[in-house]
Amino acid sequence: MINPHLPVEAEVVERVQESPTIFTLRLRFTDPVKHAAFRFAPGQFNMLYLYGVGEIPISIVSDPDDERMFDHAIRVVGRVTRGMTQLKAGDRLGVRGPYGRGWPLKQAEGRDIMVITGGLGCAPVVSVINYVIRRRDKFRRLVIMQGVKHSDDLIWRSQYSQWSKLRDTQVLVAADVGVALWPWHVGRVTELFDQVKIDPARAMIMMCGPQGMMQVAVDNLHERGVHEDNVYLSMERSMNCAVGLCGHCQYGGKFVCKDGPVFSYSEARSLFGMRGF
Amino acid sequence: MEAGFLPRTRFQKLLDTLHQAGYRCIGPQVRDGAIVYDTLSRAEDFPRGMRDRQSPGTYRLERTDSPQFFSWANGPQALKPFVFAPREPMWRSERTADAAIRFSEINPAPEPLAILGVRACDLAALRLQDRHFQEGPFPDPGYAARRKNLFLVAVHCTHPADTCFCASTGDGPRATQGFDLALHESDEGYLVQAGSDKGHALAALLALVPVTVVQQQDADREVEDAARRQTRRLPARNLRDVLFANLAHPRWEEVAERCLSCGNCTSVCPTCFCHSAADETTLDGHHSLHVRQWDSCFTQGHSYIHGMTIRADTRARYRQWLTHKLGSWHDQYGRSGCVGCGRCIAWCPVGIDITEEAAAICGGGKHD
Repeated sequence: MINPHLPVEAEVVERVQESPTIFTLRLRFTDPVKHAAFRFAPGQFNMLYLYGVGEIPISIVSDPDDERMFDHAIRVVGRVTRGMTQLKAGDRLGVRGPYGRGWPLKQAEGRDIMVITGGLGCAPVVSVINYVIRRRDKFRRLVIMQGVKHSDDLIWRSQYSQWSKLRDTQVLVAADVGVALWPWHVGRVTELFDQVKIDPARAMIMMCGPQGMMQVAVDNLHERGVHEDNVYLSMERSMNCAVGLCGHCQYGGKFVCKDGPVFSYSEARSLFGMRGF
Repeated sequence: MEAGFLPRTRFQKLLDTLHQAGYRCIGPQVRDGAIVYDTLSRAEDFPRGMRDRQSPGTYRLERTDSPQFFSWANGPQALKPFVFAPREPMWRSERTADAAIRFSEINPAPEPLAILGVRACDLAALRLQDRHFQEGPFPDPGYAARRKNLFLVAVHCTHPADTCFCASTGDGPRATQGFDLALHESDEGYLVQAGSDKGHALAALLALVPVTVVQQQDADREVEDAARRQTRRLPARNLRDVLFANLAHPRWEEVAERCLSCGNCTSVCPTCFCHSAADETTLDGHHSLHVRQWDSCFTQGHSYIHGMTIRADTRARYRQWLTHKLGSWHDQYGRSGCVGCGRCIAWCPVGIDITEEAAAICGGGKHD
């Protein structure tokens, strides 16, 4: 029987500091056979194990066709992530995955894509943006909406400027608090919905971030005639085993780790925004 | 399923035969004022003549003159710890001199166990744990290894406690599935029934005598009586929709004022499956052991994600437990997660009664 709990050794190829609290680890399995066999879909996650400290679920941000390595953007929020800040190129950690259900990117081909995120650099949807831009002909319009609390929180800032110059691409960024020379909106990202140009009948929406923000976005999209079956979101819950056994990530009858983390809004709706679930 | 009779004087023969077949025998015995399951080898080790009194927040044993070994309802312990280990090492990691990390599996090699005295509620619970731990996309190796090695000797329940309600969940008091042998106990001995090939093979070694019609009728009547004597019940077998339609019911707040969020209910529950894993590192820093142990949705840490706790208060935790147990289990495994064993009622330190809470929120009387 395959042991679903056992990590595999991986090596840090490169470590990139994205902001004072966010860094990217670019990884490769030390066993070339295992590395060659590793396949994932955007929106899926790995369990990363820091030796002697513990395991955490982190989504994969790199392109699924990149055979050299896979990337995890990590924000320092707790014991394990703080320990991981010490990792440098050549260091080893444990990886098991990929887990869960990713974004419906095949279904999204030929449609307008709208990506909405709130909070600090939302890794699960950055993988979607990069995926779409690298395969631009397969999709129609791309609308990127990103909200942050403070303008300093926006990572990959130059990327947003580059994206905004691409054809059929609209970038709407907002910070609750903006500093001098902040080129984008100051206020809530959901205030920018009037500027969004999409075809509601052909749009596919992908979101992650605080549930309150996502709820406002869903309501707004609904008014614009976007069917909720075309709205997808990535959920975040406590995850310990990643294989649907430990029970921590339950959201009603769903195990977020194996039934999600990406859900269509219609799947998530009945308990969405309900405190305690 | 043919049945035969094993006279009380030959009960030891059952234990000896199981031993000879390679099993360590686990059976009920009195310890610290409660009936627990542990290793035994002699008929005298069984809780002869013991009776239990159970009510919300109360469990007491008393001795009687009865020669019977199984004339009591379940104590706190279920089959659960013998398959879903309370604490279990999962894997080992080692940091070598060149800073590589080596992972090694810990392959459990559990010895074959024969568990005697298993009740219908616990067989139903085992079926649910099987679904969860070994019939999904990622079977758990430790659970599967222990499960494969079990020989289960059930006992049809004839002495339900006041806290029992297996008749209302449809899981008892008669053992109908999942056993290798099932016993019906009378003062004179045991009607033995086989439920599997392993059970048939073992029964063939017991030199059972034929069962009389009267013996079978008496046995059936006693189990039917046991079902009728149960006073508690759940309002319905599927409370999913009504529970999720009542998430703002004032009763959640009211029960939260009594609930200590101690997690006793989840420890004694035979279907609760939550667990957490953590690393234990040796002092020299070269080795680390990844260990999992039972967790409870009543703890602060259970729903913790960076910087926030999804269920920070007792109201949210009790509501999670009950809506899962009686509600979202239907989505996950096609039935309720409650088998009517009543343990959570007896072992709750403040006597919260799941049947009473379910009735308060869903309507329907707690008592017949």
